[in-house]
Amino acid sequence: MQPFSTHTGKVAPLDRVNVDTDQMVPKQFLKALTREGFGRVLFYDWRYLPGEKPNPDFVLNFPRYKGASVLLARTNFGCGSSREHAPWGVKDYGFRVIIAPSYADIFYNNCFKNGILPATLSEAQVDELFKRTEKEESYSLTVNLPNQTIADKHGLMLKFEIAPSRKEVLLKGLDDIGTSLQHETEITAYEKAHAATAVMYEALDIKYYSNGG
Amino acid sequence: MNTYEKHRGEGVLLFTRNPAKDPYQARPLRTSRAVIPAPTFNLQLSTFNLSSAPSHLRSMTRVLKSECTPMTTANSPKTLYQKIWDAHVVHEETGKPALLYIDRHLVHEGTSPQAFAGLHAEGRKVRRPDLTFAVMDHSVPTTDRTLPIIDTDARLQFDALEKNCRESGVRLFDMNSRNQGIVHIIGPELGLTQPGQTLVCGDSHTSTHGAFGTLAFGIGTSEVEHVLATQCLVQSRSKTLHIIVNGKRPRGVTAKDIILAIIGKIGIGGGTGHVAEYAGQAIRELTMDGRMTVCNMTIEGGARAGMVAPDETTFAYLEGRPFVPRGKAFQEAVDRWKQLKTDDGAKFDMTVELQAEQIAPQVTWGTNPGMVTSVTGRVPEPGAFKDPNDQKATESALKYMGLKAGTPIVDIPVDRVFIGSCTNSRLDDLRAAAHLVAGKHVARSIKQALIVPGSRGIKAQAEKEGLDKIFLAAGFEWRDAGCSMCIGMNADVLPPHERSASTSNRNFEGRQGKDSRTHLVSPVMAAAAAIAGHFVDVRSLDVSMIE
Repeated sequence: MQPFSTHTGKVAPLDRVNVDTDQMVPKQFLKALTREGFGRVLFYDWRYLPGEKPNPDFVLNFPRYKGASVLLARTNFGCGSSREHAPWGVKDYGFRVIIAPSYADIFYNNCFKNGILPATLSEAQVDELFKRTEKEESYSLTVNLPNQTIADKHGLMLKFEIAPSRKEVLLKGLDDIGTSLQHETEITAYEKAHAATAVMYEALDIKYYSNGG
Repeated sequence: MNTYEKHRGEGVLLFTRNPAKDPYQARPLRTSRAVIPAPTFNLQLSTFNLSSAPSHLRSMTRVLKSECTPMTTANSPKTLYQKIWDAHVVHEETGKPALLYIDRHLVHEGTSPQAFAGLHAEGRKVRRPDLTFAVMDHSVPTTDRTLPIIDTDARLQFDALEKNCRESGVRLFDMNSRNQGIVHIIGPELGLTQPGQTLVCGDSHTSTHGAFGTLAFGIGTSEVEHVLATQCLVQSRSKTLHIIVNGKRPRGVTAKDIILAIIGKIGIGGGTGHVAEYAGQAIRELTMDGRMTVCNMTIEGGARAGMVAPDETTFAYLEGRPFVPRGKAFQEAVDRWKQLKTDDGAKFDMTVELQAEQIAPQVTWGTNPGMVTSVTGRVPEPGAFKDPNDQKATESALKYMGLKAGTPIVDIPVDRVFIGSCTNSRLDDLRAAAHLVAGKHVARSIKQALIVPGSRGIKAQAEKEGLDKIFLAAGFEWRDAGCSMCIGMNADVLPPHERSASTSNRNFEGRQGKDSRTHLVSPVMAAAAAIAGHFVDVRSLDVSMIE
């Protein structure tokens, strides 16, 4: 995974509470077999008019927010479905950082698997960033993960909280599976001690059953 | 007016802490060996925001934050969640997430192809194919399955799942299996889901399985890959949320109404960061089908998992199911399962209480499950909300839903009715709906009324009981099992600007189809709406068989 340290980029504001993952990547795009290409369909129903014409009323289509890489959002961002297609879309669109007062658990977790930093600020701080983004064309922010700061060029400096273990994952671009497999001995010991099984006591209409239980 | 006065008529008492469990009363913990000093707490009462608005958009009215976790010892009382957690820790270091063992991994065609692909790309194998179970449910047709699948993308997904299961030895219920069904329906139905287990699936409604006293939650595709490779998950401990529903549920009020009322009160982000445990008379008196409905929608209140401690109702449900031990082994299992309850004096991070007698049938009016009111209520005015964000969200929701503020809920006409989904497609749901429509016919204005059983097992049993005939005679379509119109990944889509009475779990914009308008209700409310052509208060009808 791509490590994250610092990032400077243009801010795009999505001024809406409770943005759910159905909005980020709608159901018709969940039949893909790969993780690529979801940037094109991010916020599909809001972003496009019939015939995939860009909807001029949707904020990400405003020329001034073209090329934004920091997404400013509201409370409970990413609620609903567990689909990782949502952060895949966010990343593929070009966002590296999300700033919001709060996130839904599964989405938050999924961000870290994809090298996206979901920074949490207070509602008042987020309000202030919305104001500044609206006021200044090409408003940009510098996000520093090691120092846990978000700064603009006018001297605004905000501190954000992040769990140390989460921070480490992003900084090092850690591969979770590789890290967990270092505990192979303990996993095997756990399996021996607990004998986790799934025994089938009745014949079922099931395929590829190789008496695994 | 305080929160209590505001909501006392609507079924909610308030968010409280049980004084007996109050950590303010920090006392030394006495163990058999030594007296351990009282833990120090840094408790902070967050700002009260008693807006005059109903709370469907508001997060918790009152939240107590504990900035440090109380010191626990082997003897200190534990919640059910803590017990299951402790029993599954493979590796844990201070200040880091734990490595948690996973007893059951359920897989479906929608969120697994990339996980298997990632696994293959790294040259890794499925560690425990015997603990992994796959099923086709999200995109399957609910019409004749002997016909070819015309949706090419869906077919490629089915082929991918088939190939991945064949190569890795993972057991698969394909769409033609007589045991096929929605992943969260067949897990419990086949006895795969058992008390005290950890169970995950790449689907947020995995919370359903918590009804058995199972720690079950939805995960992303990267985590699916992680579990396939390691049979473990990297997890941090969640906070705990106690949801107590006291008293007796009135007739016509179902498990669906209880959970919608809960979400209406705590808000859709109210449970974020928490694992919920449900308790109280109204929860205890629910059947397993009802408990699954409640746990299923826990995620719509923000909590990733919801649980009910197992009891005699649970054991009776499980006995004799295909994956449940038999005879003496079953009795031994029951003895173990009986230990799975929250100890007296165990501390929850947050407690919410409701009074069941005060809950009415619920109907959502907006574009998230927290935008809900009683069937006797009206569509709210955006101006009723103090928070400008809530006003904006309400305005936008009313515009999307094509509703005028002030409209009585019972005056809202319905175009299509969907009874199905992992929330409400079990036998209890179908029996209750059938009872309500027996001898009647869907209104002329209704364009389609769908019954989609949660599994082929349920479908077969319902047919044995003659429910299919009742539904067909009443003008409903009787379909094959799958996720269907809850998510609209197959052909069962709600057309633009049409309005549904739906027993599913999400009324998000575009959820059932682009520009579709979803109202979430219970199966009996959906059945009644089909007959009347608009919402009706089922309490005014014959609901004698709805326990």
